[in-house]
Amino acid sequence: MTNEDIKTYITTHTPEATFDETGEWLNIIVDPNQLKTLATILHGQPLQLDFLFCLTCVDYKTHLTMVYHLTSSKDRTINLVLKANVDRTDPKIETVCDIWRTAEFHEREVFEMFGVQFINHPDLRRLILEEENPAGFDETKGYWPMRKDFEDPINMIKL
Amino acid sequence: MELNENIAGNPPFPGIIHETPGGGIVVSTFDNVINWARSNSLWPLSFATSCCGIEMMSTASAKYDFSRFGFEVARASPRQADVIIIAGTIVNKMAPVLKRLYDQMADPKYVIAMGACAISGGPFFYNTYSVVKGADHIIPVDVYIPGCPPRPEALLHSLISLQEKIKMGMTRDQIRTEFKQ
Repeated sequence: MTNEDIKTYITTHTPEATFDETGEWLNIIVDPNQLKTLATILHGQPLQLDFLFCLTCVDYKTHLTMVYHLTSSKDRTINLVLKANVDRTDPKIETVCDIWRTAEFHEREVFEMFGVQFINHPDLRRLILEEENPAGFDETKGYWPMRKDFEDPINMIKL
Repeated sequence: MELNENIAGNPPFPGIIHETPGGGIVVSTFDNVINWARSNSLWPLSFATSCCGIEMMSTASAKYDFSRFGFEVARASPRQADVIIIAGTIVNKMAPVLKRLYDQMADPKYVIAMGACAISGGPFFYNTYSVVKGADHIIPVDVYIPGCPPRPEALLHSLISLQEKIKMGMTRDQIRTEFKQ
C-alpha cells in the first residue's frame, strides 16, 4: 500500500485530516476529538497497524502535539505518524491504550512530563517521578518538567 | 606490581623485623596491621547507575582485573561490602536508595565517587530537575575520580589511592572513636 492509497483511504473516513510528507514517514494531523476514531480505523483492516512503537508529546509553546508512531507487524514497510494538536492550558485527549496496550505506560509518562490528561485512561498516575507537587513548588503552575517554560528553583541550576 | 610501587610511600608491611637467633619477631602496632589487612581485602558493592558501570565491569573483568589489587569479589549485598563505587548519575529518586545502601554497609566503609556525575552532576549540572549535583550531598566520599567515564586505569588508580589512604590510618571511624575517648 503506497502513501497515496493510505491518504485516500484515510480521507474517506476522516475528511478533515491533513497530511504532511516532508519527513521520512507520512504524517497525519487530526483534531484531538477525531484521534480515537482514526486510531481504531488504522488498527483494523486493511492497514492493521497493530504496533505503536512510539508515543510522545512535543511542546511547541503555543500548543502541545501528541505524536503516535505506528507500524504493522504484518508489513513492517508501512510507517505512519499520527499527530494531534492539543490545547496547552487544558490538554485533554482520548486514551489509545485500549487499542494498543503499550500506550498505558507511555501515556502515564506523557502525563507526568507534559500534564496531558488522557480521558478514560485506566490508571493515570505519574510513572517515574514521585510526588504530585514537590515541596516548595508552586502548585498552581503544575509540575510538568518537559514543558518549555518549566522552572524548578529548588533543583534546577540555570545556565 | 609496578603500578603499586609507583605510588609514593606504599609500605610493604607495617612493622620492623626484630632479629633473634634462629629467626625473628615482627614488631608493629595493632592498628597498622588491621589497616594493612583491611586495605588488601576491600570488597566492592555491585552498584552502578549508568555508563561508568560499564567501565567498572571492564575493570573487574579479565583485562584489568582489580582483584589483583585486593578488590576480590563484587558483592551483591551491601551487608557484605566494604567499599561502594558510585558509578554513575544519582537522581533525586535514587538518592534515598543510595543512602540506604550506605547505611546498610558494615563499618569500616569507604566511598569512591567515579566520574563527573558522581562528583558534581557532570553534564547534568545545568537545567535539570532530577539530578543530584554530586553524590557527596548524600554520603561522604573518600576518593573522587574525574572522567566521563574514567578509564579503567583511572579506577584502578583510585582504588590503590584508597588503599594508601587506609594504610595511612585515621579512617573516618577511627577518628570518630578517637574523639570519643
